[in-house]
Amino acid sequence: MARRVRIQTEDFDLAHEVAALQAGDHGVGAITTFTGTVRGGAVSEMEIEHYPGMTEAAIDAMIDAAMQRFGIRAAQVVHRIGRLRPGEQIVFVGVAATHRGVAFQACEFLIDYLKTQAPFWKKETTAEGARWVDAREADDAALQRWGIPSVNG
Amino acid sequence: MKIQVRYFASLREALGATETVELAPGSTLGALREQLLARGGRHAEVLARARPVRCALNQVMSDETAAVPDGAEVAFFPPVTGG
Repeated sequence: MARRVRIQTEDFDLAHEVAALQAGDHGVGAITTFTGTVRGGAVSEMEIEHYPGMTEAAIDAMIDAAMQRFGIRAAQVVHRIGRLRPGEQIVFVGVAATHRGVAFQACEFLIDYLKTQAPFWKKETTAEGARWVDAREADDAALQRWGIPSVNG
Repeated sequence: MKIQVRYFASLREALGATETVELAPGSTLGALREQLLARGGRHAEVLARARPVRCALNQVMSDETAAVPDGAEVAFFPPVTGG
């Protein structure tokens, strides 16, 4: 299988990622994707920092957990770092499976997991200046639905 | 023994990206945090017990009861906010 985790400053192309998830596997009957984007409003810019090495390993372990738990056929996570503007894509999670049920579940599981366990930090710039984004307890609750304890926020 | 300590996000801005720390063998992550806190100043401020600080040991999320091996890479950072 191709590399399942990419951390990059460049943008990503949804159609390309979806095609790669399916490539060469005719057992795939369902592909689900999640794309996170920068919300505008008061925010004029967002900067994303990560912990090189740990980030890739942590997400790779999450994909292993999703493979085992849901029996999916392939998964890909792309997360951007650096400076991003409102409307830009931040994160892609794609899952290929035999049927849609597990594809939906595994996609949600992976983004819930990533939000509270992968070492990324966002800093938002508004008219009042730049500030680090606070973690949300709701994100911990989202992961706890899957029976995984989380005390991030 | 010597270990490497790394900081990220708001902690990196306050304390710098990395430092080498002399630590007593057998110390836990919690003991390391206490040792850094005891320096006072910015360390005491951003690593304060009232603050939600997370840690990783050799690039794996860990809790403060984990023992730190010689030559370890320890990281302290705020709750993560990716995705």
